[in-house]
Formats: sequence, structure tokens, C-alpha cells
Amino acid sequence: MTTLARVFPSRPVHPTGVWSWITTIDHKRIGILYGVTAFIMFLTGGLEALYIRLQLALPNQDFVTPEVYNQLFTMHGTTMIFLAIMPMGAAFFNFVIPLQIGARDVAFPRLNAFSYWTFLAGALMLKLSWFMGGAPNAGWFGYAPITGAAYNPGQGIDFWILSLQILGVASLAAAFNFIVTIVNMRAPGLSLMRLPLFTWMTLVTSILLVLAFPVITVALIELMFDRFFGTNFFVPTAGANPLLWQHLFWIFGHPEVYILILPAMGIVSEIVPTFSKKPLFGYPVVVLSGVIIGFMGWMVWSHHMFTVGLGPIANSVFALTTMAIAVPTGVKIFNWIGTIWGGSVSMKTPMLFSVGFVALFIVGGLSGVMHSSAASDAQQQDTYFIIAHIHYVLFGGSIVALLAGVYYWFPKVTGRMMDETVGKINFWLMFIGMNIAFFPMHFLGLDGMPRRIVTYDSDMGWNLWNMVSSIGALLVGLSVLVFMINVILSYRRGEVAGADPWDARTLEWSIPSPPPEYNFAQIPTVHDRDAFWAQKREGVRAVPVAGGSEEHDVHLPQPSYWPFVVSAGILIAGYGLIYLGNNNPIAIAVAAIGTFIAMFAVYAWSFEPVNDPDEDAGH
Amino acid sequence: MPGMRLIGRRPGIFAAVIAALLLTALAACTPDHNQSTFDTRGPVAESQLQLFYWIFWAAVFVFVVVEGILLYAVIRYRRKPGDPDPKQTHGHTPLEIAWTLAPAVVLAVVAVPTVATIFDNETSPHPPEEGGMVIEVVGHQWWWEFNYAHPDNPDEKLVTSNELHIPVDTVVNLTLDSEDVLHSFWIPKIAGKVDLVPNSLNKMWIEAEETGHYYGQCAEFCGVAHAHMRFDVIVHTREEFDAWLRHEASPGFVSTEPLAAQGRELFEGSAGCFACHSITGSSRSRGDRGPNLTHVASRGRLGAGIMDNTQANLRLWLENPDEAKPGNIMATEAPVYTDPTKKLTEPEVSALVAYLRSLK
Repeated sequence: MTTLARVFPSRPVHPTGVWSWITTIDHKRIGILYGVTAFIMFLTGGLEALYIRLQLALPNQDFVTPEVYNQLFTMHGTTMIFLAIMPMGAAFFNFVIPLQIGARDVAFPRLNAFSYWTFLAGALMLKLSWFMGGAPNAGWFGYAPITGAAYNPGQGIDFWILSLQILGVASLAAAFNFIVTIVNMRAPGLSLMRLPLFTWMTLVTSILLVLAFPVITVALIELMFDRFFGTNFFVPTAGANPLLWQHLFWIFGHPEVYILILPAMGIVSEIVPTFSKKPLFGYPVVVLSGVIIGFMGWMVWSHHMFTVGLGPIANSVFALTTMAIAVPTGVKIFNWIGTIWGGSVSMKTPMLFSVGFVALFIVGGLSGVMHSSAASDAQQQDTYFIIAHIHYVLFGGSIVALLAGVYYWFPKVTGRMMDETVGKINFWLMFIGMNIAFFPMHFLGLDGMPRRIVTYDSDMGWNLWNMVSSIGALLVGLSVLVFMINVILSYRRGEVAGADPWDARTLEWSIPSPPPEYNFAQIPTVHDRDAFWAQKREGVRAVPVAGGSEEHDVHLPQPSYWPFVVSAGILIAGYGLIYLGNNNPIAIAVAAIGTFIAMFAVYAWSFEPVNDPDEDAGH
Repeated sequence: MPGMRLIGRRPGIFAAVIAALLLTALAACTPDHNQSTFDTRGPVAESQLQLFYWIFWAAVFVFVVVEGILLYAVIRYRRKPGDPDPKQTHGHTPLEIAWTLAPAVVLAVVAVPTVATIFDNETSPHPPEEGGMVIEVVGHQWWWEFNYAHPDNPDEKLVTSNELHIPVDTVVNLTLDSEDVLHSFWIPKIAGKVDLVPNSLNKMWIEAEETGHYYGQCAEFCGVAHAHMRFDVIVHTREEFDAWLRHEASPGFVSTEPLAAQGRELFEGSAGCFACHSITGSSRSRGDRGPNLTHVASRGRLGAGIMDNTQANLRLWLENPDEAKPGNIMATEAPVYTDPTKKLTEPEVSALVAYLRSLK
């Protein structure tokens, strides 16, 4: 074994610079990479949204062609869901979870790096399609048969299929990593019912990911075979029923909605207690309702299909299960209010965003209940009413909560506070802008405006609210600009934060900001739910007092080249596959080379030597 | 939070903002718009609207209560300088049971009429088995085909497109099918939508309670001209409808105008139109790739409900269909548009316009 190990280069040692980021397996650095990449993707998705709103601001415009418009809304949806909200969640999982559970890293640090680089590969593959012959154009749920070769001969759909497959690999690897980390790496005494809520929701989300992604993987493989090799899974002229795609997609897609919202709920469940100076009200019920939401998320997929003709019995059943899911959701909202009630509430920016999240999520939840009524939904399905709903839950919900998380943990990540005044301007611009952008969409939908139409006649009565909505979109864009300015300025010369600027309750605040590479000099012992609060207020010590020589004893996982190389191989193989359609020999060669690089790197990864002389001596 | 302080000190302003928002909401739902779901003219849309109102007011109630409590809690419990830590309460079991049950009750209030309406709208009051009227709807990229039973020979189909004619106060059963991709059939004032799924025949029933012109539109994304896949619904009195149907069954071409005759020759010859379009009474025009044009001149609009059926618009359509309706299949597939050597000349366009305008 030792001799074989010698074949491969030894582990990289780059404390700073670009290589230190490429080879890093430190969960905090990977979290930052995830966060920055996801934010850039969020900006590209936002740009796509602005193009859409520009096109729709006035009737009968031809600012973009119908084909480009179809690409814009497809890319906007796919980007925001898979490249922005999901990886922003992953950014917080990475940075925060090991700190909250008193660990030095995740269970599989190199796999964690691999998740990030593979996510980046998938993101690049999708976004670069704009410059490689055209982006996908069939909507973010890619309904068959319009994704089939007969109706969509271009390569956009191929980019969509392969990038989602690559992103799926990244998500699955990350999800397994976090499940194992949360289950196995908790500090002594940190039982499941003492876990911080954010960690809990990450666990539920990761389990949903592991169960949901295989379904979309299967559907995408079938679609890929249809397009590349002439199979007939979704080809109606060969007898296929295209509803198969819809079932497969939404069995994945509805849990996916909870994958997007549960981390947001977890973040808010951390912030609200901290800024109310009270423990989370009804902790066991909040945990349980999160688990129930995750579970019930599997029983509601056909509410996306109320108008496809499933019959009255199926529609009634899915209407009732969908309504039922409002109960655990409502319970969470009441428990957040219960936490605020009787508290000592400080309206700092993270709390402002969190309260904004609750306020907006209520609106999205209520329009969700409206859609759950299948008969009434026949008038709302595929209209702007749905667009309003999805943006209240995913923008008012997920994005606002994720920004709350940025304002909350930024001091921990950088050691500096974000500016309060700019933060509040950021919030109010975003809150007002998003309501101006998305609330009128309810009116448009009920006035009969279908979604995904490139333009509309001026006599339809939709002119006013489309213009209002476009103005709102600009305000949201402005608020994002304010956010960026705040991040950049605060990073450069924000007030120094110290370890615990918010007088918070969980373990990540017990260590310095930014945390040292090893996180905890000594692993804490947890005696209470809000371990750090108990330590501060009741003297129940969780974190051992830092001594002199701990650092010397800390064994940290070492950096590695190989996760990056595996992901690069996957990206190359992906590009080969895209052009495989007409048996192009170059494409076959590229696919083969990419696969070989990935396989070799996995092999090298397995036999990677360890730099630690103690370890080496053991062989 | 400065906004909150403002609200706390000046409840009048807060009330004014709420009132303004409610007024906006009322103004927003103006029923006179072409596709407003609030201006129902049929029992199906009406039942869906009543259900919507029921849920809407339940939602308004929940919204006011929950947002009100949230706002109150945030203002009431704001930290003042020097405040001690609040009491560390961990929960309150009876309260938590109460707020688990309360939404369940509200949802039951919504659930019962929902299920009732689902079954009501699914069951036609006058189904085909009992002699109810049937129209077959077939979706195409990007136009609509409507097939009626021939008034003289019920086994024969009478085919028209993009303009659905129905008699008033009559239950009409629709079968919904698609030739290519997904579409969705939607006449907002008459009934909520039902999708057209290839290989999965759907059905619905509609009834219009007032004669007149209604707007319909494809609601499921179906490709590049999705926004331009619209249709018109003309609701007639029974007598008018019977007369319309009888007229539809007659041959389309009766004109004796020489230019129109010349246009017909082109249509059935070198221009190649016959390959995709049918015209009843012509032995050559039997194509079914494009809309049936037998009585195209008597239709109100062109191009699947996208422009008025005027001479100028018809000319535009024939000269440059891709400008009139970007991406449409005639523009991308018909040789007269794809092959520059076969391009229609100015006199040819005039003859075709004359012919098509004569198909009354």
C-alpha cells in the first residue's frame, strides 16, 4: 500500500492563495466558496428575471424574441432553484453545521470539496449554454414531450439534462455527508433533541435530497436516452403517455420545494430566539413539524397536476393532503410568534429579515392553500397567480431567510459586523420592492394572464399591473445592489465583531470570529439545548477553557487535489456527452477522456498519501 | 426598525395604508377584462369563483389575525435599554395544541366545498350517453381544431378551427386531445382549464349563460408561439347556432370572381397550400397539418385569435407569416416561405387573398 501511495504526489500544502482554495477541504472555506458561487449565480438568475420583466413591462413588445424569452424563463427558474437557493443552503450547512455540533469538520472532508467542485461544474455547464448554441427552453420542469428531439432539436435541453445530472451528483454527495456528519459527529451530550433547529432542518433536508434526487435522475436518464439513443419513454407518437414525466418530475419536485424552504425555516428558527433572548417556543413541536413537512412532502405531488385529467378522486385526495401540510407549516409560524411573545426583541437586521420572512411566507402559504383547492385551482393553474405564489414562498421565503442568515453569520465568517443602517435600507427596499413586483401578479393571474407568454395584447387589461411589477423588479434589483455594497464595505472595514456579537445561544458563537481552522481547541460537552446560552447565563460550562497546547494535538484532515480533478473530469465527460448525438468521434473521445480523468482521480484519491509523519509510521 | 416605530405611533397612517391596499386590490380585480375570472358567464366558472371567494375570505381572516399578532408581538416586546433577560419559557402545551387544531378547522371549512365542487364539475349534467352535445377539441402547435357532428350525418365530422361556436344555455361536452405537445384549453369566463395531453384523452363540460364573444387561450407552455395560441368563443342563440352549423356544412367556395378562382388554382396547385389545409367541397384541399379553412372568411380573427380578419392582416399573414406569428409552422415548413425560388409573387398573394376572402 505504501509503495502504491508513493506513485501519486503527496498532499498539497498551500496555506494561502488560489491553490489553497482549490485544494481546501476545510468546511468553512468550502462554505464560503458555495456562498460566493451561489450568489453570483443568483445575480445571473436575477439578470434573466430583469430581462423578462423588461419584455413584459409593456404590451406587444419585441425586446426579446419568443425563443430567447423561452430560454430566459427556463434559465431563470432552473438557476434560482438549482444554482442559487440550494447551494446557498449548502453554504450555510457547510459553514455552520460543524460549528453548531461542536465538530472540527464534516465526516468526509474531501467528499465535501468534491460536492462543491461538482456543483460548480454543473453550474458552468448550464450557464455557458447561453454561449454554446442556446440555453434550454422548455421551462424549469421540462414537461414532455416538448423536451423531445422531435419538438426540440437544439442542444439546450441536452445542457439542461446533463447539468441537472451533474448537480444531482453534487447534491447527493453533500446530502450523505451532512447526514453522516449530523448523526455521527455531534459533541458529547448533544443529543438529537438538543440539536439547534438549523442543524435539524439540514438533516431533514439532506434526507429529502437523498430520497428525491434518484427520481429525477431516473427521469433525466430516460429523457437523455430518448434524445440520444432513440428510446420512447416520452415520445407520444410511439405510444408514450407524457404524464409519466410529470409524475416523476413532481415526485422529485415537491420534496424539492421543501429542500428549498426547510433550511430557510431552520435559519429563522436560530435568529428569532437569539434576538428575542428566549429559547425557541415549543422546540419539540417545531422539530416534529419540520419532520412531518418533510414526510408529507411526498404525498402531495399531484397538486401540480390538477388540470391534467387525473379524475375527481385523485384530485380530491391530493387537495386534502395538500391542505393538511398547511397544519405543520402553521404550527411553525405560531411557534416563531410564540418565541417573540414575551421576549426582549431587538430589531437588528437579521431579525428584521426573519420577521419579513414570516410575514411574506404567510402570504405564500395562504395562496398555496388557495391552489390546493383543485376546483378553484383550475382557474389559477399556469397563470401569474402561480408565479406570485412561488415567488412569495421562494423569494419572500427562502431568499429573504437566506439573507437573514448572511446578516446573522457574516460576523462569524469574517470577524466583522455588517452595517446596520445599510442593512435596514437593504431590507426595506427588498421588502417593498418584492411586494410591488409579486403582489400584482395575483391580480394578473385572476385576470386571465397565462404564465410563460412572451407578450400580450394591450386590450387584455394587463398593462398596468405588468408595468407595476416590472418597477418592483427594478427595486428588488436595487436592493440586491445595496446588499452587495454592504457585504463589500463591511468585509473591508466593518466593525470588529468579537466571538459573540448577538449574545447568541448556540456553540458556533463560543469560538473566535472568524473561527480558527480547527474550530474548537477542545471538543465541548453539551448539557443543555441552548448550550452556549446556558454556559453564559447559568454557568453550565460546555466549551472547555482554552489552554496552551491544544493546537498541537489537533489532527485536521489535509488538503487534496483530487476532488477538484474528479469534478473537472466529470465536466469534460459531460461536454463530450452533449455532442455525442450524431456519433461525433471527437465527442466520444472527449467523453472518454473526461471519464478517464474522473476515474483516475477517484483512484488517486483512494490511495492519497498522508503527510502526517505519525500516520505514515503506522503502515 | 423605523417603519415599526412609525406604525406604533401613528395608527391612522397604518389604517390609511391598509385601506389604500384594499382599494387597490378591489380595483385590481376588474371584471370587464377579456379574460377576467371574476366575470363568469357559465356555471363551471361560477362554481370555481364561489369556491375561490370562500377560500379567499378564509385566507383574509387568517392573514389579518396572524400578521396582526406578529406585528403586535414585534412592537409590544421590543427591547428597551436596560431590559433584563425575559423569562425563558420553553412552550405551553394547551396553547400549542390549540394552534395545531385551529388551522385544521379552517382547512376543513375549505376542504368540504372543495371536494364537492371537484365532483360537481367533473360530472356533466347532460352527458353524451344521454344525448348531450359533443365537440372534439384537438390542440396543435399553435392552433385549435374543433370537430362537430355533421347536422345531417352524425357519423361525419364537421371540422373548423380557432373559433368555437356553441349554443347558449346548453351543456356542451368537450373531448380534449393533442396532436403534438401539451396544451391547455381555457375560457376564463366560462370554465377553468383542462389540459390537452397526447395519448391521454381528457373531457370536460362547459355551459355559457349569455350570448356573445369570449376569449380563450392556451394555458400550458407549448413552444415558441405559445403566447399566440388563442381562440374565440362565440355563444349563439339556439337558432343562430343551428344556422351557423348548417352554413359550416356547406361548401366554402361559391364565388364567381375571376381573381378568387385564380387564387383557388394557386391554393390547389403551385402554392402548395392544399397539402396542409382542407376546404370542404374541394377534392384536392384535404390536408390536416394546418387549420381547416372552409369558411375562413366568416371568422372574426386570424392566426389563432391573434389579429382581426381584415384584408390587410390576411395579406400580412400570407406575405410574411413569421412576422405575424413568430415561429409558426407554415413559416418554417411551407416551401413558399422556406425556398426563395418558390416565394409568392405580389399578384399571387393578391389572388390568394381574394380566394380566402371569398370563403365565407
